[in-house]
Amino acid sequence: MIPILNIPTDVLLGQLLLGLINGSFYAILSLGLSVIFGLLNIINFTHGAQYMMGAFVSWMLLTYFGIGYWPALLISPVVVGITGVILERFILRRIYDIDHIYGFLLTYGVALVIESIFRGQYGVSGQPYRAPALLSGVIDLDFMVLPIYRLWVVAASIAVCAGTWLIIEKTRLGSYLRAATERPVLVRAFGVNVPRMIMITYGFGVALAAFAGVLAAPLYQVSSIMGSNLMVVVFAVVVIGGMGSIGGSIVAGFGLGILEGLTKVFYPPGSNLVVFVAMILILTLRPAGLFGKAR
Amino acid sequence: MVSNNLTIVPAATVTDYQVPLLAGMALAAALVAPFVVYPIFLMNVLCFALFACAFNLLMGFAGILSFGHAAFFGGAAYVSAHCAKELGLPAELSLVAGMASGAILGAVFGWVAIRRQGIYFGMITMGLAQIVYFIALQAQFTGGEDGIQGVPRRSMLPFINLENDRTMYFFVLVVFLLGFVAILRTVNSPFGHLLKAIRENEPRAASLGYDVDRFKFLAFVLSATLSGLAGALKAIAFQLATLTDVEFFMSGEVVLMTLIGGVGTIIGPIVGAGILIAMQTYLAEFGTWVKAVQGAIFIICVLAFRKGLIGEFAALMERRAKRAGR
Repeated sequence: MIPILNIPTDVLLGQLLLGLINGSFYAILSLGLSVIFGLLNIINFTHGAQYMMGAFVSWMLLTYFGIGYWPALLISPVVVGITGVILERFILRRIYDIDHIYGFLLTYGVALVIESIFRGQYGVSGQPYRAPALLSGVIDLDFMVLPIYRLWVVAASIAVCAGTWLIIEKTRLGSYLRAATERPVLVRAFGVNVPRMIMITYGFGVALAAFAGVLAAPLYQVSSIMGSNLMVVVFAVVVIGGMGSIGGSIVAGFGLGILEGLTKVFYPPGSNLVVFVAMILILTLRPAGLFGKAR
Repeated sequence: MVSNNLTIVPAATVTDYQVPLLAGMALAAALVAPFVVYPIFLMNVLCFALFACAFNLLMGFAGILSFGHAAFFGGAAYVSAHCAKELGLPAELSLVAGMASGAILGAVFGWVAIRRQGIYFGMITMGLAQIVYFIALQAQFTGGEDGIQGVPRRSMLPFINLENDRTMYFFVLVVFLLGFVAILRTVNSPFGHLLKAIRENEPRAASLGYDVDRFKFLAFVLSATLSGLAGALKAIAFQLATLTDVEFFMSGEVVLMTLIGGVGTIIGPIVGAGILIAMQTYLAEFGTWVKAVQGAIFIICVLAFRKGLIGEFAALMERRAKRAGR
């Protein structure tokens, strides 16, 4: 075993993996925020609550209906995504033509309502949720032990991020989406139903958050407050990556997760702060974020 | 792209002779209040009213949304509590120290966040405030989860006994009025008018040769300083500084107070603070549901009452005046 800077390699690799896992959640969540922001011009403050709902729905499926992890991975994002579509259709749609700040405040209010309802029902203590049998257990790599579920989280989130990127950049639907982001009125004139597209996009972004929630359920306890603290970090990630940049969110998400993991090795008290310190640094050097365009 | 296009209420519709009358009535009510209502509740309202007014100076008059004002409020609460308890400073000097901490933090936040506008500004201030929160959570002098408790109420002037709740109330009232007058003075100064110009049309203000960023920065620091004063005042009055004051949720609360009362109105934030504190005090038994109600109020305010109570009232009076004039 070769220690690097007096840190045993297995500790370093262990924290790197943990960082990569946190990064997976940052990446999926900031990706969802970016997709939503691109078309709706709303910073979706409800995102953390929707992530929490994703975890809760999969917990409810198991507890009340005996439906396990694999179906939940699909059902939970669809269910939460539908609540998102309803939210868009009946509430968010009313405020598109006023200042973006109101969208932020409105979705903050929605997040407060949702989180309080879950807190009222289930308290703040976490509900345990077991990983499926296929993904429990560990791989012994001789120099370190890898829990399979953690590897799965990283793999699944990379796949989802790559898939989303492909849909937006390479498909016909994605090209409509990008066009509608740039010139909604013109795209509408070509006969594309832009309001419906906006509704579906919001639902999709919300479903991404819920998917992250299902992934998180076996790792962390399922609780009503699991989303709100994460949200502040994800906002910093979005500021760093550059708002509205799909690639930027993914790279910044994973990068900052790893940075956080490394900080935990070298200076543990700083691990909560490092993302925000990085935000200050990036803002002084590149005000528009790493991949953002100044506007 | 719209950046600063908040729904702001038109100038006051009360006529000139009514203003001193209404102010006199409000002052009389404030003087009588502690003999009728629980003084602790009133102090709570006044501290938050000052906080909301300071926030409104930024959001209502400069059109800047900060989502990190808890850092100034809570940070100053810790500083003044520390000064009063550990360094043995009298209440007045502790307040000054808290204010100074608000000013310094405000300068740092402003320097970083001023690079971005609109919604980004809100997100950046939120991140910066989170740093302050984690420091408060981990540092030695803040007492972690316990906070700083048992802060002495001791005035510089020997004949003022702040241990008495009613005396403390009048002390809080005086500090509140000083802060409120400072805000009024700022809003009606050339600097205040310039802020409104920036709010209405930033590129135009810049094209007229004003250093827009500098004025926004000054407004931010001023707002942070007064928020610090409010936080320090609360720490002295309640003899307590805790994580609640510096938490992210507190930043949202002050936005809601301002929004309910009316963004950009003079007395709106005071009304908003009164309503929210009353809700929290008298609905406390419902626990977590109070937050659900707050969230619902947020939604309703944004969808239907963007001018807030005072703003809607002013608009109503204006419509009536117009109709009567015709």
